[in-house]
Amino acid sequence: MAATSSSHGSSYAPEIHPFWGKLNWNIFPFYEPVIFYTFIVVAILGTAILAALTYYRLWGYLWREWFTSIDHKKIGIMYMILGLVMLLRGFADAMLMRIQQAMAASGGEGYLDAHHYDQIFTAHGVIMIFFVAMPLVTGLMNYVMPLQIGARDVAFPFLNNFSFWLTTAGAALIMISLFVGEFATTGWLAYPPLSGLEYSPTVGMDYYLWSLNIAGIGTTLSGINLIVTLVKMRAPGMSWMKMPVFCWTTLCTNILIVATFPVLTVTLALLTADRYIGTNFFTNDLGGNPMMYVNLIWIWGHPEVYILTLPVFGVFSEIVPTFSGKRLFGYTSMVYATCVIMILSYIVWLHHFFTMGAGASVNSFFGITTMIISIPTGAKLFNWLFTMYKGRIRFEVPMLWVVGFMITFVIGGMTGVLLAVPPADYVLHNSLFLVAHFHNVIIGGVVFGLFAAMTYWFPKAFGFKLAPFWGKVSFWFWFVGFYLAFMPLYLLGLMGVTRRLSQFETTFYSAYFVVALLGACCVAIGIAAFLIQIYVSIRDREALRDTTGDPWDGRTLEWSTSSPPPYYNFAFTPRVYELDAWSHMKANGYVRRTDGYVPLHMPHYTATGIVISAMLTVMGFALVWHIYWLAFATFVLSVAFGIAHTFNYNRDYYVPADDVRDIEAGRTRLIAAGASDLKAAE
Amino acid sequence: MTARKKTIAVLSLLLLTGCDLVLLNPSGDIAAQQGDLIIYATVLMLIVILPVMALTLFFAFHFRASNKKARYEPDWDHSISLEIVVWSVPLGIIICLAGLTWVATHRLNPYDDLTRISESQPIDPNVEPMTIQVVAMDWKWMFIYPEHNIATINEVAVVVDRPIEWHLTSTTVMNSFYVPAMAGMIYAMAGMQTELNAVMNEPGTYDGFSANYSGAGFSYMRFDLKSVDEAGFDAWVDAVRSGAERDLDREHFQILDQPTVDHPATYFGGVEEGLWDRILNMCVGEDELCRDDMMMVDALGGGGIEGLWNRQLFAGICDADDPTALFALIRPDLLENSRDILASAELLPAQSEQPASIAN
Repeated sequence: MAATSSSHGSSYAPEIHPFWGKLNWNIFPFYEPVIFYTFIVVAILGTAILAALTYYRLWGYLWREWFTSIDHKKIGIMYMILGLVMLLRGFADAMLMRIQQAMAASGGEGYLDAHHYDQIFTAHGVIMIFFVAMPLVTGLMNYVMPLQIGARDVAFPFLNNFSFWLTTAGAALIMISLFVGEFATTGWLAYPPLSGLEYSPTVGMDYYLWSLNIAGIGTTLSGINLIVTLVKMRAPGMSWMKMPVFCWTTLCTNILIVATFPVLTVTLALLTADRYIGTNFFTNDLGGNPMMYVNLIWIWGHPEVYILTLPVFGVFSEIVPTFSGKRLFGYTSMVYATCVIMILSYIVWLHHFFTMGAGASVNSFFGITTMIISIPTGAKLFNWLFTMYKGRIRFEVPMLWVVGFMITFVIGGMTGVLLAVPPADYVLHNSLFLVAHFHNVIIGGVVFGLFAAMTYWFPKAFGFKLAPFWGKVSFWFWFVGFYLAFMPLYLLGLMGVTRRLSQFETTFYSAYFVVALLGACCVAIGIAAFLIQIYVSIRDREALRDTTGDPWDGRTLEWSTSSPPPYYNFAFTPRVYELDAWSHMKANGYVRRTDGYVPLHMPHYTATGIVISAMLTVMGFALVWHIYWLAFATFVLSVAFGIAHTFNYNRDYYVPADDVRDIEAGRTRLIAAGASDLKAAE
Repeated sequence: MTARKKTIAVLSLLLLTGCDLVLLNPSGDIAAQQGDLIIYATVLMLIVILPVMALTLFFAFHFRASNKKARYEPDWDHSISLEIVVWSVPLGIIICLAGLTWVATHRLNPYDDLTRISESQPIDPNVEPMTIQVVAMDWKWMFIYPEHNIATINEVAVVVDRPIEWHLTSTTVMNSFYVPAMAGMIYAMAGMQTELNAVMNEPGTYDGFSANYSGAGFSYMRFDLKSVDEAGFDAWVDAVRSGAERDLDREHFQILDQPTVDHPATYFGGVEEGLWDRILNMCVGEDELCRDDMMMVDALGGGGIEGLWNRQLFAGICDADDPTALFALIRPDLLENSRDILASAELLPAQSEQPASIAN
């Protein structure tokens, strides 16, 4: 091919209009067929959903009961829904990439040009980490942790709602970038100078920055909230070492969040300053230092890996004992392992760029600290193994995911330690081996764990179990699909194939990419099966109903209340004497109290969170398009609204004892009905 | 060598693939040692990974709820001896691996001169390593041979068994210089010089490319590395000289610096003197201030607000070999103590061991 001239970024760079900013009629990327058809589908589906909501008069209900809700359970569920919706988007990006690489590796150029392909892999990474994994993990912690410590809500219920809507604002900005303008073409961590103004002059990078800036603040606030909840709101008697392991991992995760997300915010703010006000923190020239960005972003980025994995380690520590019918093996060493991982995760960041020219001693230091993390992680794995040992393992769907995780995760752990050996990393860095490795730990660890968790706590959240058949279908397609999709990438990495390529010179790799595509198709079926599972379970909810509140013979406090729990969680704050408090209560002949209710102190719902976040979404959009008057106006408005909110003294109320009595009487009837059904069945 | 070949044979049999795992079977000694390390580390880890996988499957099967013959002890949750095993087995493996890592990382430090040509061939102290200067550009690779005063784009030749010292920089975003058959990668970054020492042991043509995503033309940012014997190399140098349409000067370099995709291999019969230093200091253009000059001005206090203008004024006056020239200009009052001041400020050219040092 002859040399052709091209430049960084796409060609349009309109003048900045005082009123419209960079907006004009040429910003819609509908000339790209993929985007055009996606837009048509999204428009039709979106209109249908909006019409249905209007037809069934659900707007008021959603607004009153969900959007303005500061109930940690509802916020948790909304986080999960956000994560699942974004999973569909992120996975669609993955399919587009797998198809492009399979086509390009088999001869031909594929159907995506470099500019579009580069946006897709950037969006895939950003969405999967920030708007799939983070909301799912945060949602889970939000839902489960307060129930496990016997609390009525989190420490700052309004802040919780605000955090959720800030995360949603970030997700909304990314979704807008699909149809209005474009997204970044820099890779998910946006290394400068590529992400600087000189090499990425278009709005794509600005969408990236404002989306993550806004969402990142939400995550930090949520981290503070959950730490305070854990420190201050544990049920009487629940000392630190009587806390469920999931609460421990939640604590460590949120400490990591509070310590590292500000670093992300500052790093992105400096890059934003480079792009908007002409500073030179990370430029090539004028004293800028791009390697500083790389250091800073990984000082956030490596702990982020553990922010995602620690909570699912907690999930496994809940599920394995429950389905093995046995106490968790080595609780104390589990706790210490978690804390050690938390601390070590701060001192390994340089292993992400051994090949940027650090000296041998520095590289060795960071390589060895990285390896040391595998010691507590290995200990955790052994502890789950010995929890299964001498147990009675019921292979319900959550347990399937756990065993699938244990088999898969050790492979990812092994390749991870291999990458921590600097000379090995010199040849494997940035290769498809690396891509296979981190998908191995994130899918095999985080995603499997999240599916286990969703199946496990679904009956608690909605009052009926998920239909197991489709859950098993989903598991097996995910499991097989994962191996098909990523084992070829390990091999390709060993063949020296690097990541983020949209074109290939030879057809030598064709077979591997085609197998990887097949794997991705299997995962697609796995995701579809999960959605079908939800549909089937809602349809058959009467048959799947959980009347006891304790469908799995659980061990921790969330199973002591009803499914779904009343909005005040517990009619009486439980008193804890032992680890596995609910098991201990059951073993000691606990009888549910049905009289002597007292009024309960609860917070009011408020619309402040969603309103401020909506304004900040507009502000983000305005800043992306350089519409400064609008950005200024929405910023001032949101601050004013926030200040006004502090003058709202009508924040809380007491649930009358009679209301509690009525709700609890309903539960008593439900338990009785369930028991008589059971008798009739026998 | 044979042990490694055997391991590779076993591995490839296991994988049942006819694929060419270049990382485990490369043609340069550094990559070969790195490939060996991958295998040693993997075998070491499999000592603990395989039992864990087997135990997982065995426990999951044996302790299934329907197997009433299996022992069931719902309250058994602790065993000091098992805990010791659980922590010490991974610890033992990691201690071994950490030792291996420390030794291998220092032995294979890309900044150090080679200590051997191959497993069977020691280094010849009389043979100077060949220096090749590499510039990552949008989206092509430029190679400058200071020894032969030639330059090429997207094609590079080396002599079999002669050590090569690659000096890397970039005129654009970050790229990573990678020839999998030769040695691991090192980043090429603007305004900085990184270094890679390596050697090719077998003749042939090998793939080289950027291993760090650098924008729209990234997929095509590839080059051929020709590994040839001494005579073949001389013939190649002649071919470059005779095939060249022009010499490489500052003016033409700026034209080349415009982004191109899939740039064809190009030869230059001569290179303007000092071009590499100008590329490294980002001042190939006529009116650009070199970074080393700018840093010298800043290191001397920058001259306050006026320093903004001083930088332009003093451009090109001073370099690291003669820092006093600039000192005399901006601080004449302290001139007689200048050497002491500069020495205490560590501005005199030192034997810097900082690998990714900023150009000075």
